[in-house]
Order: sequence, then structure tokens, then C-alpha cells
Amino acid sequence: MENSPDPVSPLLEVRGISKSFGAVRALQEVDFTLRAGEIHALLGENGAGKSTLIKVITGVFPRDAGTVRLGGEEVVPRSAKAALGAGIATVYQEVNLLPNLSVAQNLFLDRQPMRFGIVREGEMRRRAKALLADFGLDIDVAAPLGNYSVAIQHVTAIARAVDLSARVLILDEPTASLDRHEVEILFGIMRQLAQRGIGIVFVSHFLDQVYEISDRITVLRNGRLVGERETASLPRLELIRMMLGRELAETTSTRASATEHKAREICASFEGYGKAGYVAPFNLELRHGEVVGLAGLLGSGRTETARLVFGAERADRGQARVEGAPVRLQSPRDGVRHGFGYCPEERKTDGIIAELSVRENIVLALQAKRGLHRPLSRREQDEIARRYVRMLDIRPPDPERPVGLLSGGNQQKVLLARWLATSPRLLVLDEPTRGIDVGAHAEIIRLIRELCDDGLALLVISSELDEIVTYSDRVVVLRDRAHVEELAGEAIDVGNILAAIAADGAATAHEGRA
Amino acid sequence: MTALLPRRGLAQVLALIVILAVDRMVSPQFFDLRLQDGRLFGSLIDVLNRGTPVALLTLGMVLVIATRGIDLSVGAVMAISGAIAASLADSYGLPIVLTAALGAGLVCGLWNGFLVAVLGMQPIVATLILMVAGRGIAQLITEGRIVTFSSPDLVWLGNGSVLGLPVPVVIALGMLVLTAAVVRGSALGLLIEATGGNARASELAGVGTRAMILSVYVWCGVCAALAGVIAAADIMGADANNAGLWLELDAILAVVIGGTSLFGGRFSLVLAVLGALIIQTMNTGILLSGYPPEFNLLVKAVVVLAVLLLQSPKLSGLAGIAMRLRRTKA
Repeated sequence: MENSPDPVSPLLEVRGISKSFGAVRALQEVDFTLRAGEIHALLGENGAGKSTLIKVITGVFPRDAGTVRLGGEEVVPRSAKAALGAGIATVYQEVNLLPNLSVAQNLFLDRQPMRFGIVREGEMRRRAKALLADFGLDIDVAAPLGNYSVAIQHVTAIARAVDLSARVLILDEPTASLDRHEVEILFGIMRQLAQRGIGIVFVSHFLDQVYEISDRITVLRNGRLVGERETASLPRLELIRMMLGRELAETTSTRASATEHKAREICASFEGYGKAGYVAPFNLELRHGEVVGLAGLLGSGRTETARLVFGAERADRGQARVEGAPVRLQSPRDGVRHGFGYCPEERKTDGIIAELSVRENIVLALQAKRGLHRPLSRREQDEIARRYVRMLDIRPPDPERPVGLLSGGNQQKVLLARWLATSPRLLVLDEPTRGIDVGAHAEIIRLIRELCDDGLALLVISSELDEIVTYSDRVVVLRDRAHVEELAGEAIDVGNILAAIAADGAATAHEGRA
Repeated sequence: MTALLPRRGLAQVLALIVILAVDRMVSPQFFDLRLQDGRLFGSLIDVLNRGTPVALLTLGMVLVIATRGIDLSVGAVMAISGAIAASLADSYGLPIVLTAALGAGLVCGLWNGFLVAVLGMQPIVATLILMVAGRGIAQLITEGRIVTFSSPDLVWLGNGSVLGLPVPVVIALGMLVLTAAVVRGSALGLLIEATGGNARASELAGVGTRAMILSVYVWCGVCAALAGVIAAADIMGADANNAGLWLELDAILAVVIGGTSLFGGRFSLVLAVLGALIIQTMNTGILLSGYPPEFNLLVKAVVVLAVLLLQSPKLSGLAGIAMRLRRTKA
């Protein structure tokens, strides 16, 4: 510990780390350097080796070769607990705390203040309160942790880690389930911790956030180090190139045909559609060959709108029409019958059936639509599966592989295939690119455009405004569970969407329709 | 019908062969068959005949378990249908007796399915209700006595023979073929596996998960009722206290031995029935060996443990580590 906290001297030095799983070389001679007081983004596509590197540093996996030095001294943690003891703490996307215990108990688990063998509850609560106050949090620390939002659980996990005298804090996708406001709070805390001299490793798929918060960026690809750069001097296109190792398809807008839309036929329309306490009544027209984007903060009513449109939730007012004829949408089955499809945001819990094969997952909706008595023969199933595996480039191209073994991007493609196989007229996509690596991301966006050219109507939810602007013909902006703005044609840009989201109640009256 | 016996059945077939070999050792005449009065006799036929009730229960149970459910009431449903069949047998013809007994099973299945699919109760609790109440209902039907009957039609159902095979065995085979034809011949199999694998996702894909769950409990009730009728026909009477007692556990065990996970999803009808045969082959072997039947329970427990250990991912992980260690030492 003689090293003075010189901001430029490395706090964590990882040199020449290699790690193989059987024949798979997950990491090959990777270097990584973290300075005290910096926020360092660790980036790469899925499978690049980010998680493996973190797990090797924290001793979850033994390493095959290489050294890890913390403050100049070599450390060889044998477990995550040993790493924590050495001063390296990790907070994962799924918080590893106990939701049924109180916030205070979680903070002081394993090290409760004791007197005569009895936990001093009052003392523990007081200290928990003081600790969280440092993080700008004033909550009831006696309440169970599970009662609080994911954001607060994250902050609690971070507070616990930092209080355990962490010098290095690794945050693995900490913002994946947080909304914009919660992300801001988290970033504030990260900056504050960095000022205290803690080195923070930030793993994220959200490039906007990486640019907002990080000082430097290390990029991995296929288990190798691609490079380490200063964030400020790394153009975004260059970063994506580093991550992909190839040119990304141009992402300029293709709204060339924006003016034709009025002429297009209406596929489905919703008049005064809504549900009390869920989404305020809205009017929505979806036309063939048109992409409508739904923008808004998390919790603004985007997913709720999508579920009402598909029939996953019953509306209690308003009228839905399909090709002009009034219909009732009481259940997903109704939606499917009318030619709707819905790719939900939570792929794992609401989308895929992990145990079943790619083939079975793809034919499921079509089979459900056809009914029990008209089974698809094995030959038809094979043919459908093969067609979509080829068309969407699902990898590995093995229709009999359980879908749970595929990467997130490929699972998303399987879900798309499931609906495309039903020849839908309307597809509702809820965050189709979330948690997907950059390569698959661009592909999904390309697919969205192609589908739309084929005459499909698309309703797409995304938190990535750049993305929405790229493919939408119209954008509906939501705020506080109500549709507040509709942008079309030239009016669609990130600035206008942000303005609509940010506008306060008084400003909603102004018509921004272009 | 290629899906009837998937490649993964190897372990079950091997297990059956091993147990048959052990049986052959304790009883040299185990494989002997003789034809008498147009009917086959022998230990193997005994195994099939005695195994019929559990095999029938298994046909329903495997579908219920595939939807991530369980049906504890099948033993009680057997008692109810047996009681109904025995009470009516000497007054009405076989069609009416069967309709009444199987109809009772259908109603029981609807009840269970209603509790699980419509009210959303946990299957183990929902079916526990009928497990307890059902035996009471059966005792009310028999008025607490053992009801005997002599209707030759019903007796034939339990003791007759067709083409040299005991009637119960033929019925069980027929039910297996029927169930397989309905489940795999229609889309039911895929939709049941999808529902068990992930009910939320299946619902959103347009699968009628409620109807799916309701129908498997109904089928389970009908199968249990048929098993109850055969058990009653076999002993020419209905004993509401003991008919089908604990057989729900044998049926669940058979399903598990057949490789269907209690967490739902993938299932195999043939392997589940094979599981029922494995259990019965063990039972018969122990009886023939001359050991007291009490050993039966212990041996069964050991087999369950072995099957569960083989299915446990932790154990295969340990085995992997052990193999790696051995390799590094070598």
C-alpha cells in the first residue's frame, strides 16, 4: 500500500490473461488497465469475453495464464468472496441480495453490529441510513429490499460493495433494467465514487450511456483485446468498428417515401382505445407498409399500449378495427386470429420456450392459429424452420437445437420467425434490439425495414431514440400512460421526441403535427 | 409414430433389461410362458397384468406433469369409479356401468382442471382436495362396505382374455395407442409441451393454455376411472379404503422414471408406460424372490433415488470433474 493514490498509476493491472473452456478459447492474452478514480467501459459483442474477463478477475473462474495486480500487488482470488476481501467488488445485472431481508440487513449481512451475541438492530439501521444518505437515498431501511425498485436494489448492492472497502467496483450491465431517471441517479453515484478514488469498470450495451459516463473504453472481440481508447477522442463509428471488426451498414434514415403514407390502406385502427388505470384512451392508425414507433420513458405506457393492441390485455373502452371491420380483442388468441403478432420485451419469460427446439418455437404460433385438429406435419415444420433459419440467418443453423442455448440476438430472430410464419398483417415489437449485440442489432433493424416494404404494418417500441428515428414513418410519444404527441415525416427527429417527452402538462396542448 | 420411442429411451430400456435379468436369477422360470385354455400364463404376463392399473394412471399423469402440474387424486378417483362400477354391475349392463364409472372420472378431472386452469390453484394443493375427499365419496357410495358383484361382463373385463392376452393388458395397450394417436397425431403434444415449458410465452403465442391444462386433467381422470374399473373387476369387488391406495405415487414415479421432468415440458408416453413396467417388474421380482414384500418399498426407494441422481445436473457436473481429475492424474 505504499503507492500513493496517484491518479495515473494503474489501480488494477491485468496482464496476459488467457482462459479456455474445453476447446473454446474464451480469452487470449487479454490486458486491461484500470486507474484509480476512473470510469472505464468494457465493451464487446455478446461472446466477446467481457463476462469471462470479469469472472477471471474476481476469481469465479480460475485463469489459465496471466497476472492480476491490485495497487501493484499480485492477487489471486480463489472466489468472488476472496476478491471482495482483496477490494474488488462486482454488482451484477441481477442483484445478488436477499429480497426478503430488510435493506439494513442486506447492507450488513455477515457483519451485523453485535453486542453480547445479539444483533444491534437500532445501531444497524442508523448506520444503514447514514450509508445510504451518502448515495442520496433516504428510504426506510427496515423495509424488505424486495419492496423497492430495481434501481434502489442496485444502489443498495453498490453501497454494500463500497462499504466493504472496495477499491475496484465492477458493474455488469447495471442500467439494463433502469429507466432514464434511475440511470441518472446511478451515474451520479458512479461519478461520486470515482471522485473518491474508486476505479469503476462499467459493462453496458448502451453506447449512449458509455459516452455519457466513461473516461476510457476497452474493447474486446472474440476473446482478444482490440484496443483501449480515451472516450472523448473515439468517434462512435470507430468504436462500433472496433467492436464488430467490420463496417456497420449505414444507419441513415430511409424515409424517402414519407409522403405516400396517407395513401396507404389502414390495416388496423384503434379509436378511444384504453383501459382505466393502464393507458389513457388513444387513437391509433396502423397502415400497411408503415412503421409506427412508440417512444417514451420506461413506464410511460409503451408496453401497455402494445399489449392492448395485441389483445394480451383487455381494453375497457374504445373500438378496434381490422381492415375496417370492428373486432374484439379479448386475448392473445384473438390477436393471433386477426393476424397480429407480438414479440414481447422479456424474451426469456414471455417469449421463448427454452427447452423446445428452434423448429418447435418457430411453428408454435402458426400451429396455435391453425388449431389442434390441423397439425403441421413434421415435414412442413422442418420446411418452415429451415426457411426462416436461412432467411433470418439464425445461428447455429440447427433447427433441432433447444432455443435456450442460442444467444439473445438469435432468440429474438426465432421469435420474429415465429410470427412471420403466421403471415401476420401487424407485428408489434417491444424493444426488439434490447440486450442484443451490435451486429444482430443492425440486422434486426434491416429486417424491420424489409418487412415493412413487404406490406406488413409494424408497431415498434424502443428506448433507443436514434433507432426509432431511423426506421419510423410516424412516431407516437407517450408520457405518464397517455399518448401525447404524434410526429410524422420531417418532424421525426430525436430533438422533437425529447421535447415531447419532456414537455410538461401545460405544453401538451400545442399541436406538433407536421 | 416415429416420435413414440425417442432415442433418449435407452436408459429406461437398459434398466428394464437389468431388472428382468435379476428377476431371471431369483426365479429361473421367469421367462417361461405356457398356453392354457387359449390364454397365456407366466411371470411376464403377470407383470403386464398387474402393471395395468399403474400404466393407465401413468398415461394421464404424464400429460398432467408435462403441463407442469401433478394429480394426487388418481388413487381416490380409482376408488370412486370402482365403487360405482361394483354397485351398478349386477343391476345394469356393461355399457351403462362403464359410462357411469368413466363419467365419474371425467367429472373428477373437470373439477381438478377447473381448480388449476380457471382458478389458478397450485396443482398439488388443488388435487390434494380430491385425494382426501374422493376416498370419502367412494366410502359413501359403498356405504363403508366392500361391495362385491358377479356380473360376468365386468368380471371378464378383469379376468378374461383376448388373443391369449389378459383383457386388462389389451385395454392398456389400446389406451396407449389411443392416447399417442390423439396427442401426437394432433398438435396437442406440441402445445402441451409448450404450455409446460413456458405457460406465459405460450399464452402470448396464441396457445389456449387453459383449455390445454383443463383437458389433461380430464384425460387423467378418465384414465384413473378406467384403472379403477379394472382393479374392481379383477377382485370382483370394490374396497373404497384400499382401491388405488398410494398408486398416485407409483404413477408419478413411473413418469419420472420415464424421463419427464416434474418441471413440465418434454414428455414421452411410451417411456412413462415403460416406467410403470419397470416398477411392476421390480414388484414381481421381489415377490418371486421370497423376500418379504416389505423389501419392495425399500428397493423402490433405492431405484427412485438412483433415477433422480442420474437426472440431477449437479451429479453430472461432479462426474465430469471426477473424470477430468482422473485424466489429469493419468
